[in-house]
Formats: sequence, structure tokens, C-alpha cells
Amino acid sequence: MAPVPPAEPASASATPPTPPWWRDRRVIPWVVQAVVGLLVLLLIAFLLGNLVRNLTAAGLLLSWRWLQQPAGFDISESVIPFNAQLPYWRALAAGLVNTIRAVLVSLVGATLLGTLVGMASFSHNGLLRRLARVYVEVVRNIPLLLQLVFWYFVVFLTLPNGVAAIQLPGVVLAKSGLYIAGLGEGLRWVGPTLVNGVWQSPLRLSVEFGALLTGLIVYSGAFIAEVVRGGIAAVPKGQWEAASSLGLSWFATLRRIVLPQSLRVIVPGLNTQYISLAKNSSLAVAVGYTDLYSVAETTLNQTGRAVEVILVLLAAYLTLDLLISALMNGLNRLVQIRER
Amino acid sequence: MSSAALTHPARVLSTTALLLTALVALLGCAAGGGAPGSPTMARIRERGRLVCAVDGAVPGFSTVGPQGAFVGIDADFCRAVAAAVLGDARKVEFRPVTAGERFVALSSGEVDLLSISSTHTLGRDAPGGNALSFGPVFFYDGQGVMVPAASGIRSLRDLAGKPICVESGTNTELNLADRMRERGVAYQPLRFQSGEQAYPAYEQGRCAAITSDSSLLAGKRSGFRNPADHVLLSELLSKEPSAKVTIQADPAWADAVRWITYTLIQAEESGLTQANVEASRAAARADASQAERRRFLGVEGDFGRQLGLPADFTLRVVKAVGNYGELFERHLGQSTPLGLDRGLNRLWNRGGLHIAPPFR
Repeated sequence: MAPVPPAEPASASATPPTPPWWRDRRVIPWVVQAVVGLLVLLLIAFLLGNLVRNLTAAGLLLSWRWLQQPAGFDISESVIPFNAQLPYWRALAAGLVNTIRAVLVSLVGATLLGTLVGMASFSHNGLLRRLARVYVEVVRNIPLLLQLVFWYFVVFLTLPNGVAAIQLPGVVLAKSGLYIAGLGEGLRWVGPTLVNGVWQSPLRLSVEFGALLTGLIVYSGAFIAEVVRGGIAAVPKGQWEAASSLGLSWFATLRRIVLPQSLRVIVPGLNTQYISLAKNSSLAVAVGYTDLYSVAETTLNQTGRAVEVILVLLAAYLTLDLLISALMNGLNRLVQIRER
Repeated sequence: MSSAALTHPARVLSTTALLLTALVALLGCAAGGGAPGSPTMARIRERGRLVCAVDGAVPGFSTVGPQGAFVGIDADFCRAVAAAVLGDARKVEFRPVTAGERFVALSSGEVDLLSISSTHTLGRDAPGGNALSFGPVFFYDGQGVMVPAASGIRSLRDLAGKPICVESGTNTELNLADRMRERGVAYQPLRFQSGEQAYPAYEQGRCAAITSDSSLLAGKRSGFRNPADHVLLSELLSKEPSAKVTIQADPAWADAVRWITYTLIQAEESGLTQANVEASRAAARADASQAERRRFLGVEGDFGRQLGLPADFTLRVVKAVGNYGELFERHLGQSTPLGLDRGLNRLWNRGGLHIAPPFR
């Protein structure tokens, strides 16, 4: 019997032969990713090419010259100065500023309301606890649009008008808006006055803005309350008991022990709610508040530049939401546990 | 809560959906085939019904009637087109759209035809603008202003500093800005996405005035709780000749819609009514001397075929909805709650502006 050739065990103990590249574990993932990436790029190229081809066929190739045309319509409630002779891009900018204004104020309001209600659901007071539950369940189960219409048509538009308006020192609440005293011309203190049947004052909030704010704050507040409740519930019960054994009150426990720890759970959830709020603000059109969406709709109709206007809208809301997200992620890093 | 206000969540959603559809349609579909004739008409025949955009909430023009069917002069125009193209006036799918979304709905192919008060303007017509195709003027109108009778407002100047309700995305909005600028009158425009928000807001007293086409104001007023409490100012802000709209990319379809409109006008001029048109055609068929009537009703010649319509399309149109005068009296005239005078909407030989070119 011939001896086993010694070459075999020798070669087995040496480094195994390199497999062909299509079986190489280090190469395969790269190949797969390259193929998928190429397919995605091809798809995008196809869609874009198709878009350009169809737009050209329809005589609607992307053009941005309309941005410089005079808008021709007025905006009554603009923070930045605007009139009908200014170009469309100024109108869109005025709309964007109005959107940002509504989003910022609603963010603050909804956070305060949501935090209070979220805390209230841990209160020792049974009535308060139940009220908080009822608020959350009622509000988050009704579509926001219906709520906005309710606030505008049923609550704000049934306010009295003109001389019959609700008048407090320095403040008047009328059907047309909230009028607040402030510094007028020549730095004199000016209160709300009725001129020719129309209230005038240095500071004015329209009922349209009011209805939008109320709707957004109440609606988002309910969701934020749930996020806060979840965050508080995530703090171990032992923390409450330990605080209580130290003689801390309910409120002090919440403020000094529980809330700081619960922020780690709350902040990521809050991020989602803030982003939703920013997007929901586009429902302003339903209550006559001139926001970005409303201006864009008129622009689209007057210029016929549907694709361009929608691209502007998409870019604006995307940027707004990414900004909010970036800020919240920064906040999140601040409140996370840091190993010392 | 007003019931009108309740219906609009669907509207806001539909606007968004339409805008997205437009985008997706442009992004996704391959270019439409260049079949001879009219692609729109081919699509309507294949589908078996006409998709016709109406406002849906303007009394006299298009509203949902007590039986759940759309009624009004705009709705009947859709029926006339369906009768001409498909031979059945009932084969219409009505699609209520807002002022802001109507042109996108049309250019994206969501609807075949706009039967909404749409003023013919250069920017909407031009290939470099909205690239739409307007039919003959269907209704001569002017922009008016409605105020509460008790307010004491009698002219635009009286509206200085006051809130004025207006539908956004309309000509109305631009005319208002122009007229107020000319007069140097400051005002607060309250821009609403649709009439379903603007009119309830006005009725609840949020605005000192509301502005739109006079006929629309009269129509909306007829639906108010107390129509007599509201008056139209005598000042008109603009001329608003409104027409039926199709896309510019399908000129054959635009021609068909144009001549269906002329059919209604010519029928009135020729004394053909819903009641007598069939008998008149039979009489014309027997009498070779009635040359003009024979051509109009498709007894001689092939005008229908030239338009891509049946030879007797004029007969079908008039039988389905009557002539222009009948339509006007039925929906807008003195016997209706709107009680509009025909005014400029009379025929050319009665002191009005409606004229149909010769059917020859």
C-alpha cells in the first residue's frame, strides 16, 4: 500500500487557498451594495429623465423666472413688509415667515400644555388625573382639521364685534382678533381704540392666527402629554419612594428627581411631535391664515408652475423639519447619561 | 357649526392629493401616445363617461340638488358634452374642485373639462402661462362686492381698513388688490382656500365685505339664512368673461367643446328648444329648402364627423339640456332664487354679446 502522500496534510496546515472573488466574504457585500446603489441611481436617473421629457412635451420645462414676477395679491398679516407689487419670491418668503411664526409659538405652547397635562396624570388629585386622561383621549382621537374648523367657526367667529367686543383694560377681544395695548408712535402708550367700526392697536393677533394656534397647541399638547407621561412612567418607582423617604413633596420630587431623568425618554419622542406640528401647520389654509402653503397655492394657480411651486414647498417643509430635528438631536445629546 | 364648513376636510385632502397626483403623473408616466384625433375624447369613450369638474357649491351654477344629483347651468353643460360625445347625458362623473386646484386637476388629466366659472385671461391661455384652452365665453360676468345691507357701506372707499373675504388663487383676489391700489385704499384681505370657508366666515360677520363674480355672489346669497340682509355694491371691479376650459395639448377636444357651446347659442337663435328640436329635425329632413337648419342638425354635411362627434351631436345636445336661453332661465333667470337679468348674456341680435359663428 502506497503511503499517503505527505503533501496533503502539509497543504491543509498552510493558509487556505484564496477563494474566487465571487465567493469572497470581504468582496460580496461591496458588490451587492454597488449593484443596489447603481440600481437606485438608474431609477432616479430614469424618473428625472422622464420628468424632464414629459415636462418638455407639455411645454412646462422647469423655469424659475416667475419668482421675479410681481405677485399681484395682498397678504394682510405679514411679519415682513409685503405688497402686491413685490415679486412672488417675496410672497413665498412672507408665507414662510408666517408659517415659522405659527410653528414656533405653537411649539412653546404645546410643550407647556403637554408637560403640565403629562405631570397631572401622576397627580394625587383624582379629578385632575381624570381630567388629564379625558383631554388626551378626546383631543387625540379627533382629526386636527375638524378641531381647527371648530375653533375658528364655532369659538372665535362667534365672539362679539365692534363696540360689543370683550373689553378689559389694555386688551380687547373681538371677532376680528385680539388687540393689545403697546407703544405706538412717539413711544406713547396706546390702548385699543375703535376707529370707524374697526379696532386698532399697536399689537394685534387675528382670530385666524388665534384659531390656528389654539388648534395646534391643543392637538399637539395631547400627544406631548402622552410622551411626557411615558417618560415619567419610565423612571423606576424606587426613585419616587427614595425621594418621599427624604421628605420631598410630590412637586419637588417631580421637578428635581423624576423629570430630569425622564427627559432622556421624553426628548426623542418630543422630536417626532415637533416635526408633526410643523407639518400640521399647513392646515392653516382651512382657517384663512396666510401661511406658506396658502401663498404657494395662489402662486401655483396664477403662474401655472405646479412642479416648481411644489418643489419649493417640499424643500421648505423639509428644511424646517430637518432644522427642528437637528436642534432636538442636539438637546438629546445634552440630556443623555454621560459616563464620568 | 355650519354644515358647509364640515364638508371641507375632504377638500383640503383632495387638493393635496391632486397636487401629488400632478407631480406623480409628470414623474411617473410615459408620454401619452400621439393617436390621431383627440386623446381626451378617446379616453372618455374608453371609460364610458365624462369626468367633469364643477365647483359644486354655487347655487344656479352647480350644487347638489335634493335628489343628490348636481344641478345648475355648469352641471348641465357637462351633461350636454356627455350627450354629444357619448350619446347619454347621464354618463357624467362630476368632480367638485376648488378654485385653487382646478387648473392642476385639468392639466394632470384628473378631469376632462372644467365647467366652473373660469375667467378667460391671457396668463391662463398662453402656452408660456397656464397653457389652457378656453372655449367661447359662456357667461359674461363682472366682479362685485357684497356687504351687509345694515353696514352702511356703499362704495369701495367705505371699506378702508376693513377686512374683505376673498377666495385665494382666483382672479378676484388680484382684481381686488389692483382696484384698492388704484384708489389708495388700505384693506385687510382675508384669503380663504374655498368658498366653503369664505362665505360662512362672511355670514358670521368676520369680514365687512366679500368679493367674487357678481353672479356667484347672488347665487351664494340665495343660500343665506336672510338673503335680503345682504346687498351688492353698484361698483364693479372688473369684467369677468368666463368660459369652459380644456388643455391646450388637445386642440381637437377643445374644438369639440367650443362647438358644443356654440350649439347651445345657435339653437336659441334658430328657435330650437328641448321640446321642439326632434320635430324640427324631422321637418328639416323632409324639407330640402331648410338648408341652414339641415346643416345645423346634421341632416346634411358631415360637421359632426369633422369634430370627431356623431353627425347629430347638435340634436343630442339640445335634446339633453335645451338651448342657452332655456338653460339661463332654468337656473339663473327671473323665475329662480337668483333672479339674474340676462343683461350681456342675451344673444347678439337682442342686445347681448352671445354670438355663434356660422355652422357651415
